[in-house]
Amino acid sequence: MKYALFTGCTAKQSTPEQLMSTMAVADKLGIELVELTEASCCGASHLQDFDDFLSLVLNARNIAYAEKHGLTMVTICNTCNLNTAMTKHRLDENPDLKAKVNEKLAEVGLEYKGTSEITHFLYAIIDDFGLDKIKEMVVKPLSEFNIAPYYGCHNIRPSELQNKTHKTKENPYKPTSLDDLIIACGGHNVDYAEKTKCCGFHVELQAPKTASILTGKAIAGAMDGNADMMVTPCPLCHLKLDTQANHASEAIGREVELPVLHMQQMVGLALGCTPEELGLQHHLVDVNFVEINKESNE
Amino acid sequence: MSHTITTQNVNFKVFRFNADEDYLPYYEDYDMEVTSEEVVLDILDRIKWDHDGSFSYRRSCRHGICGACAVKVNGRSTLACKENMNDLVELFGNELTIEPLSNKRAVKDMIIDKGDFWEKHEAIHPYLISDVEEHPENEHLVTPEEAEELNEADLCIQCGACHYACPVVEVNDEFFGPAAFAKAYRFEADVRDEAHVARLDELHKENQGLWDCVKCYECQEVCPKDVNPIEKITKLHQMLFKEGVATSNVATRHAVGFLHSIEKRGVLDEGGLVLYSEGPAIVKHIPVAFKMFKKGKIAMPWAIPTSDNLDEIQKLIKSSQTAKF
Repeated sequence: MKYALFTGCTAKQSTPEQLMSTMAVADKLGIELVELTEASCCGASHLQDFDDFLSLVLNARNIAYAEKHGLTMVTICNTCNLNTAMTKHRLDENPDLKAKVNEKLAEVGLEYKGTSEITHFLYAIIDDFGLDKIKEMVVKPLSEFNIAPYYGCHNIRPSELQNKTHKTKENPYKPTSLDDLIIACGGHNVDYAEKTKCCGFHVELQAPKTASILTGKAIAGAMDGNADMMVTPCPLCHLKLDTQANHASEAIGREVELPVLHMQQMVGLALGCTPEELGLQHHLVDVNFVEINKESNE
Repeated sequence: MSHTITTQNVNFKVFRFNADEDYLPYYEDYDMEVTSEEVVLDILDRIKWDHDGSFSYRRSCRHGICGACAVKVNGRSTLACKENMNDLVELFGNELTIEPLSNKRAVKDMIIDKGDFWEKHEAIHPYLISDVEEHPENEHLVTPEEAEELNEADLCIQCGACHYACPVVEVNDEFFGPAAFAKAYRFEADVRDEAHVARLDELHKENQGLWDCVKCYECQEVCPKDVNPIEKITKLHQMLFKEGVATSNVATRHAVGFLHSIEKRGVLDEGGLVLYSEGPAIVKHIPVAFKMFKKGKIAMPWAIPTSDNLDEIQKLIKSSQTAKF
């Protein structure tokens, strides 16, 4: 298995642990990742609010590099995945728009052909590697833990587009991918209403109160489901839930806080990677897996 | 697929509440055999006709036009008259919970007080504003391409499915909501409308306006008429810049800040973006930033990566940029 990796921006700045754990898990699973070092930011749905055509051109350029490698592009951020997949969808459906974008790309000697698929690492390992095989490789089952899946909007909605980009058919009101992955890692999946809801990340600067309430509700929902930790495929959700717990608590008038793992970190722990390899030391809400493990064994 | 009618047993948990009598809502269980031909509205009818005559819900056209019968099934907003039972069972299994669009706005069973929805709808001036002469000499011609721009938005039937699925509406009473924005777009995109800039100006007010959308796509997911409200919100954002209505604030700078960052590095400079968006107000982020720094979550300016072949990105920005601020 070999993919072109679009790291996105946060994996090299505010969530370094996400890139570390992606590489560690890929290594364990024998997945080869070729990093698209030429890729630009996807625009995160904000550049799209300003200049739609420019964001199409930039995303088409990123995909063109994956096409050059002849590989499926794998993303590790829900928002990167949505913006890239949306670009692909719009260009593939609209030959005129594709021609206009390619006219620009030709100026730098590139072409968007539409030959590379786009998928998130979560779906890559479920669709192409397989949950059964992951299960077989688990050496440290997370059986002591209640784990709350937090899907992140941009992996499950709009479902019409999402279900075209990966084989796992996801019902956005009752998704299963992350729950199944938790179970494959030996953990207990927590069911709670907020698992498919928005964390508020995209309005953190312009509407901090709204953003904090949504974050607070998400963590509170997981806590009420008796979760020991949350797990998410999205680094933006992760940032919101892990670094903004204080503001979230203030906003909803209740102390909320849970360790929030990237899905790669959870898989990595189950596969026997060390906490350091997975960058657990980079979280604001402490995740000391070894310590938790000790306590639960007493 | 052959057209045989199949039947299956479904357990319905139905939200019951009478604001005049009940202190709290409760859920009534109904076990029914449903056929593959039935829609949710048939189930609501059967509850009323066969089980409890006091059961209340709104319905009218039965053809997905009037927008009266929208309810939530397993948390998903839907038009009762359009949603097929087989599809629902396939999606959720044989246990279905039927609730009003908003539990907190329930008046009686499925009937809600939709006053907030209509207030927001009214606030965006949902009509064509045009100074038409009493006896015009020519008709105002609209080309098929121009009509195409607003067709999708014109399909809205004001059912409220998106409004009550919106998480921002849920936590912020002032937020206009996706339906009102999509309706605003319907008139903003109409070449005959003359309120263009004035209406746009209303739409980006702090705390209630366009920039409070969290981009969760709940509205697109639920819309029974494929209006795609979030796409209309995005188009309105773009219009704000195009028409020069966008003023410099944290939200507009946040959008434009991405361009500056990409121009400089290809990838985003996260700290730089927050600084550009917030200006002096960045001080409020210092406590969290300090904690993040201690955990190795903030890259120093010299350690922020730059995309390979940055010159290509810069060249493409020069030749492809369509918006200015």
